[in-house]
Amino acid sequence: MPSDSDLAIDVNDVSVTYRTTFEKTPTFKDALVRLGRGERVVREIKALNNVSFGLDHGKVLGILGANGAGKSTLMRTLGGILPPSSGRIEIHGRVSTLLALGVGFNNKLTGRENVVLGGLAAGLNRDQITQRYEDISAFAGLGDFMDMPMRTYSSGMFARLAFSVAVHMDPDILLIDEALSAGDAKFKRKATNKMKELCTQARTIVLVSHGMASIREMCTDTIWLDKGRVVERGEPNDVIRAYEDFLGVKEDAVTLEDV
Amino acid sequence: MSTPVTSVVPPRKIAEDNEFTSEHHVYEPHRVGLPKLGPYFRELWRRRHFAIELGRTSMRANQTQTFFGQLWLVINPLLLAGVYFLLVNVVSGHHQTLTYFAHLVAGLFAFYFIAGCMNTGAQSVVGGGRLIMNTAFPRLLLPLSAVYTAIRRFLPTMIIYFVLHFAAGLPASPKLLWAIAIYAEMVLFATGLAFITSTLQVYFRDTSSFLPYLTRIWLYLSPVLYYVEDMKGTLRHFIYINPLVPILGNWGRVLTENKEPEFKYLIAGLIWGLATAGAGALFFMSREREFAVRL
Repeated sequence: MPSDSDLAIDVNDVSVTYRTTFEKTPTFKDALVRLGRGERVVREIKALNNVSFGLDHGKVLGILGANGAGKSTLMRTLGGILPPSSGRIEIHGRVSTLLALGVGFNNKLTGRENVVLGGLAAGLNRDQITQRYEDISAFAGLGDFMDMPMRTYSSGMFARLAFSVAVHMDPDILLIDEALSAGDAKFKRKATNKMKELCTQARTIVLVSHGMASIREMCTDTIWLDKGRVVERGEPNDVIRAYEDFLGVKEDAVTLEDV
Repeated sequence: MSTPVTSVVPPRKIAEDNEFTSEHHVYEPHRVGLPKLGPYFRELWRRRHFAIELGRTSMRANQTQTFFGQLWLVINPLLLAGVYFLLVNVVSGHHQTLTYFAHLVAGLFAFYFIAGCMNTGAQSVVGGGRLIMNTAFPRLLLPLSAVYTAIRRFLPTMIIYFVLHFAAGLPASPKLLWAIAIYAEMVLFATGLAFITSTLQVYFRDTSSFLPYLTRIWLYLSPVLYYVEDMKGTLRHFIYINPLVPILGNWGRVLTENKEPEFKYLIAGLIWGLATAGAGALFFMSREREFAVRL
């Protein structure tokens, strides 16, 4: 029997609800107008309902589910970005996240400056960032673009840099949310190899993907989420089959592609 | 099928370097909407270099570190002071002295420091969108970085003030040192305001559009264009409700009037500063869980 301390991730009866608005950019003006009409647009979203699972060190967990199933919320909760509304999550190990596309957040700054800022925000010190910088830059393969403002980057370049930063943070646990879909075929191959390399070093990976092929190739374990609940957990092949039956799609080139 | 083993520690789980991201995290619901304050502020302090670097790089991105960028930071409030000087000369009908001009400049520099904290603070969280969605860190670092930027922009303007100070024939007395304590009160107060505006901006994206009007009115109700002693009639009530009266009142006294600071104003400024920073931080922290889903 695996003891509890083998667990990298222990999710215990976690629910997440949050309130949000319909509007993309909420303004005071709109709020006043709505108040005049007596409308209320704040909506409560139950993103996760009583989710429980554990994951051992060295495993790769794939998360499947339709859009809006709560996959991204689950990833944010595991990353400590969105605390749960109830329940408890315990994480053993250093976590590196690749959730929203792009490392940094200021397009005016160069790739290099964004890497430094991202590292500092993640809790590294300057020496640790300097140590990792060459590896990050080499892996992303952006060349001179590292010293150009990020607004000059293509979306594929964003993805490459972001992925490179995430895997070079020396994480015990890596959380990746559909990060590679913007990269080209060559980079996807490189990224997949890197992830496999991390697995062999007993790192734990949680991967959200719509690409069944990559789940099948990478994962040792799969969870299917629907409407914020765990529908099924098990071997990738079994879960993918059940999920595809549920969706009513046949496996073809379309569902296989994309990490 | 595995036999029970005594050592259940996985190969990599040796506590090698837990100086960055700790090895063990527990995420639980925030009680009464607030994270646990002890660990929160420890993390905040540990990641202070992030706030500093963020301030520095955003200044670099806005070219404020170039010569003309720096010059603009000084020229802008100076021109404004010139405009107000002219205005007060015309309205009051009698000729104003260079000492009055020094008072005006000192007050405007300080006032625009506070307004700057509110403005850049308002953009700090909304502007940090992608980082907030990808990384767990104490979000208070974002408005704190805005305050750091405002301080870095403010300090060079004091050189200009002192040139003017001596040009107006004002003495270099040790009383000037009080300005440091009063500036500390100002920073505390402005930090609290930055916490508040940054939170409001997440919920109402037009907050930053209202701010210029608010700051303009606030300027006219504060002892910048005039002295505290001039606050008579209806204006007198604002001595008690406008936090900038004790703070900027003392600022003007020690810098341009060669007087000791009013003790009651020192206390009032300190209380305003602590209360605003405390309340602002609590307000921010009670809302910051939602930031990741509101951006």
